[in-house]
Amino acid sequence: MTGTTNPDGSPRTHYLNAAYGLKSWLLTRDHKRIALLYLVSISVFFALGGLMAVLIRMELATPEGDLFQPDIYNRLFTMHGVLMIFFFLIPGIPAVLGNFLIPLMIGARDLAFPRINLLSWYLYSIGGLFTLWALLHGGVDTGWTFYTPLSTNYVNTSVITVGVGIFIAGFSSILTGLNFVVTIHRMRAPGLTWFRLPLFVWSAYATSLIQILGTPVIAIAILLVAAERTLHIGVFDPKLGGDPVLFQHLFWFYSHPAVYIMILPSMGVVSELVATFSRKPIFGYKFVAFASIGIAVLGFLVWGHHMFVSGQSIYAGVIFSVLSMLVAVPSAIKVFNWTATLYKGSISWDTPMLYALGFIGLFTIGGLTGVMLATLGIDAHVHDTYFIIAHFHYIMVGGAIMGYLGGLHFWWPKITGRMYPLFWSKLSAIVIFIGFNVTFFPQFILGYLGMPRRYHSYPPEFQVLNVMSSAGATVLGLGYLMPLVYFIWSMRYGPKAPSNPWGATGLEWQTTSPPPVENFLTQPIVTGPPYTYPAPKRAPEVTVGV
Amino acid sequence: MPAHVQPLKVYFGVFLALMAFTALTVSAAFVNLGPANTFVALGIAAAKATLVILYFMHVKGNTKLVPVVILSGLFFLFLLFLFLAADYGTRGWLGVPGR
Repeated sequence: MTGTTNPDGSPRTHYLNAAYGLKSWLLTRDHKRIALLYLVSISVFFALGGLMAVLIRMELATPEGDLFQPDIYNRLFTMHGVLMIFFFLIPGIPAVLGNFLIPLMIGARDLAFPRINLLSWYLYSIGGLFTLWALLHGGVDTGWTFYTPLSTNYVNTSVITVGVGIFIAGFSSILTGLNFVVTIHRMRAPGLTWFRLPLFVWSAYATSLIQILGTPVIAIAILLVAAERTLHIGVFDPKLGGDPVLFQHLFWFYSHPAVYIMILPSMGVVSELVATFSRKPIFGYKFVAFASIGIAVLGFLVWGHHMFVSGQSIYAGVIFSVLSMLVAVPSAIKVFNWTATLYKGSISWDTPMLYALGFIGLFTIGGLTGVMLATLGIDAHVHDTYFIIAHFHYIMVGGAIMGYLGGLHFWWPKITGRMYPLFWSKLSAIVIFIGFNVTFFPQFILGYLGMPRRYHSYPPEFQVLNVMSSAGATVLGLGYLMPLVYFIWSMRYGPKAPSNPWGATGLEWQTTSPPPVENFLTQPIVTGPPYTYPAPKRAPEVTVGV
Repeated sequence: MPAHVQPLKVYFGVFLALMAFTALTVSAAFVNLGPANTFVALGIAAAKATLVILYFMHVKGNTKLVPVVILSGLFFLFLLFLFLAADYGTRGWLGVPGR
């Protein structure tokens, strides 16, 4: 033991205590600290978006519109969508877990452009502040989709302010993607070839491609809405020679691939979790890796399935229908390969694994209902109903957020150097799974029976299912509050985490918890493939629970 | 100095070419070419953009990965236009008003 190490051999100085004070955080270029800045920021937006959801579900507990006026209800669901999608789900895993993990996973000291990384957080924050400012000034009521001509000609809410917020936050997303692509190309440790990369890195790479290639198009669409609203230039307004459906094309050209920005990183997390907690290499590694790229590319060719009843040509609809079904193939490859990995594995039911298994089940339901919706006839029946709401919440909440929470629980010991209470964390995973299903499964039935989305009142015969959904949302909300409490608790009182509490194989587990500022004290050299399980024995500390 | 930076006279040459193309754009605007108007204007714009990308953005002479990145962006732009064309080109086929 020396003066620079703890009794267990870990260094006394790590990225969390290397510098103190607000300035050391706000001017940091350390990818790990920037990840934590993002973690705090997106948690605030998640809480705000969640609050909107609570209010929506309270209103829908009774058939009458007795809690909010219709225009307030319109603002609630719009701001719920805007905050959750643009300020929580899209930055979510890439900006938090990706920022923290990619350099560690590839044996690099930092991302390729640390200053740009910090800039991306500032852009995100400025975009978020614009949106919050709009929220305080009445919000926006167009739905998160900003469809024209409603957004350009008819509403008088803060469309442009929120649009500017999303526009600025979009550049944050582009810069994050750019940083990841360059880092993964240029900064891999010696011996870390492409097919030795962890699958989380593959999925982050695929996500980055979408961020770089898709985000400029939504920026253009927003600019055109602002121009049409203020200058009446006639891009979307038929009276001026425009076409409102063109907006939907531009919007969904980004916003459908954006679904894969949300789900692909979660898939990467699940690949890591399934391998670690079944003590087996991922079945069909290359197929899972290329499936990420396949989803990213095919994801750009399916946007028209959002527009089957919009006035889009029926022939284009047929093409989009077929292509939408194709994107199920790489998604199914992943699900089948995770399942095959579990087969005869030595499975342990730790908290991250509970989330991973929850992801696989819920994503499968979300994905299969997506194939149903890709069918023109079914889509015409359930379009703009609660069936759609249920479907995409199974993907975005049941998929993306389950993966995010699974990843957060998996890498929390690495991020903070502390363990969290295992009993409470397992309980929260189960509560979230139950709460989620009670909330959203009834919505499939409601939608199939014909209950439209975006109305604050509904026929009385739908009340039982709506009350079920609202009750489930209460359970779900409780489930989300639990990790917030015990994660904060663990930072001060949690047992100290060893370097590799789960006995995992990635490079990030070979450095101390929390990692030093420079990530690795010596340059790691990779000599073999990933997931060489059975791997080192799990540390006994992991069984410490509260 | 990095190897891909061109001699100064090349940049001036490109600048002059861009000015010439701008003059050509203005001149073409005064000539009625019928349906070819748009194609001529876009063709000149594309030529100018190509010069800017190749020389001012240092794509020419850089590593091969850089053109791959540029072409990927253009390819996805092409996909956007392709599927837009699939919609706009076939909307009238059914003969339903408004489609």
